[in-house]
Amino acid sequence: MNATSAEQASAPVTEDALRSVLAGERPSSPGPVLTSLTFGWRALLKIKHVPEQLVDVTMFPIMFTLMFTYLFGGALAGSTQEYLQFLLPGILVQANVMITMNTGITLNTDIQKGVFDRFRSLPVWRPSPLVGALLGDVMRYSIGSAIVITLGLVLGFRPEGGAVGVVLSVALLLVFSFCLSWLWTMLSLILRTPNSVAGVSMMVMFPLTFVSNIFVDPKTMPGWMQAVVEVNPITHLATVVRGLMHGSVPAGEIGWVLASSVLLVAVFGPITMVLYRNKK
Amino acid sequence: MGKLAIETRGLKKSFGKTHAVAGVDLAVSAGGVYGVLGPNGAGKTTTIRILATLLRPDAGEAQVLGYDVVRDARSVRTRVSLTGQFASVDEDLTGVENLLLLARLLGYSRPRGRRRAADLLDAFGLANAADRQVKKYSGGMRRRIDIAASLVVPPELIFLDEPTTGLDPRSRNQVWEIVRGLVAEGTTVLLTTQYLDEADQLADRIAVIDHGKVIAEGSSGQLKASVGAGSLHVRLRSPEQRAEAERVLAAALDVPAEPSADPVALSARISDPERVARALAELSRSGIDVTEFALGQPSLDEVFLALTGHAAEETPQEDAT
Ligand SMILES: Nc1ncnc2c1ncn2[C@@H]1O[C@H](COP(=O)(O)OP(=O)(O)OP(=O)(O)O)[C@@H](O)[C@H]1O
Ligand SMILES: [Mg+2]
Repeated sequence: MNATSAEQASAPVTEDALRSVLAGERPSSPGPVLTSLTFGWRALLKIKHVPEQLVDVTMFPIMFTLMFTYLFGGALAGSTQEYLQFLLPGILVQANVMITMNTGITLNTDIQKGVFDRFRSLPVWRPSPLVGALLGDVMRYSIGSAIVITLGLVLGFRPEGGAVGVVLSVALLLVFSFCLSWLWTMLSLILRTPNSVAGVSMMVMFPLTFVSNIFVDPKTMPGWMQAVVEVNPITHLATVVRGLMHGSVPAGEIGWVLASSVLLVAVFGPITMVLYRNKK
Repeated sequence: MGKLAIETRGLKKSFGKTHAVAGVDLAVSAGGVYGVLGPNGAGKTTTIRILATLLRPDAGEAQVLGYDVVRDARSVRTRVSLTGQFASVDEDLTGVENLLLLARLLGYSRPRGRRRAADLLDAFGLANAADRQVKKYSGGMRRRIDIAASLVVPPELIFLDEPTTGLDPRSRNQVWEIVRGLVAEGTTVLLTTQYLDEADQLADRIAVIDHGKVIAEGSSGQLKASVGAGSLHVRLRSPEQRAEAERVLAAALDVPAEPSADPVALSARISDPERVARALAELSRSGIDVTEFALGQPSLDEVFLALTGHAAEETPQEDAT
């Protein structure tokens, strides 16, 4: 069935039909939680219709895990097996943080389209299209995490913290990723094209993930760099994920991660909303 | 006519050096169709986006249904719908998903939203395409889903930004029927168009805008009358005589005569019908054979040319700002 046959098969708009739909009711406006979740549902529908967009959440993590394990494992920890126990939680962090970048690129493309004009002209809580998009991304982070962990288990990763530790660390990772995404939403509203968003994101992302304790213990680094690593929130996140997965509960570090999550939203959330409101 | 649905005073909006809207005053009464007619880049979309609360004006004021578009944006949003010029639904989603999404956002429960979506798809002849992605719709279907999406909650006022641009005549007619149906049910429609016959056919009143300014306003009859009594159309026996005929007519009518696309035809706008007889006599005295002549009401095309013709002369001045 092609477009024209369907069109001809259906009767054109009749006055009676139009009258009856115009007699429709006017329900009361839903709250911010419901509208955000509804926009999250839109994001899931888009994944369903355009599954290609999952390439980055599947390929990145697989590539990183294999590459770093076999590239550095022997040299850094004597054996790949030993290194994998150290690296996998870190790779999980890096994969998630990398995937958040896509949020900005997708949003930048999405906002250029006319449909965002419609969303912005609806009487709903204004941030809900953005919050919804980020909630939809939580699905992507979960898929990415599942892939990394499964691959890790296959390669010989044995978390001493068991399933509970793994689930807790992934939960914390999702919270952090959701909060970090606001940095990318802000960028996507400042920069004009998806390409420039991708470029700038990379520039932020590489130092953020590499100048941390994801790949190596910072003890061998020069003092000034250790200082940088120490304040990098990614370091704390990796420490927490590593700890939880291997059965310890680093309470202070968890506090650090939650605090930096809140801070990220508190700073970039409002800036994003101001930019969004004044978007041309 | 009753209260005003839209009222703007001195509305302005610039993007860098482009004065997209350069002082627009509108008074649109409730009920009926108000047409905003203008060429590419005239500022139609920008005006609509301000009225739909998507853009803040740089200067001036606008009230929609009695609410200020800046201070009372939310009140405006609950009462109006916007059908944008370009894809105003999500092209990756299916027709029914798009309508259900909007229904949920506007407060319908899931089952009621489903029913609402199905009713709308039925009414707009899209039931067969409900489960197809919108990007696979034909142009006419896409425009219908765009409009249906604006009626999930019936608005008091609907903005339609170039609803028929790029449609074939049949689809265009369907959109016209929808617009007439909306008006019959008491909805106020503000539509923009580049098509003069569309404004002529649909709109009760028309604002002609160019370079971000309203250059004329009125019913289509008033606009036509403001340009002059109409035009004289003349067909000649031989194309070689056309240049000569142009000179003779111009002299007799005191206005320039314009050659038409047809090599033996020409026309001239006239201000005084009494001169027409003299002009025709003048043609035959000069030995020019006229096979046919007609005196026409000015078309909106001519109105538009006449009006924007003026504006075109002022262009350098505007660009200098
Ligand atoms: N977001 C924007 N940034 C910069 N310039 C803009 C923007 N939107 C519109 N303009 C400019 O403002 C002017 C008016 O544009 P607008 O879209 O309102 O015209 P229009 O009458 O809707 O034209 P069209 O018939 O092509 O849709 C144009 O010169 C356009 O290039
Ligand atoms: Mg436009």
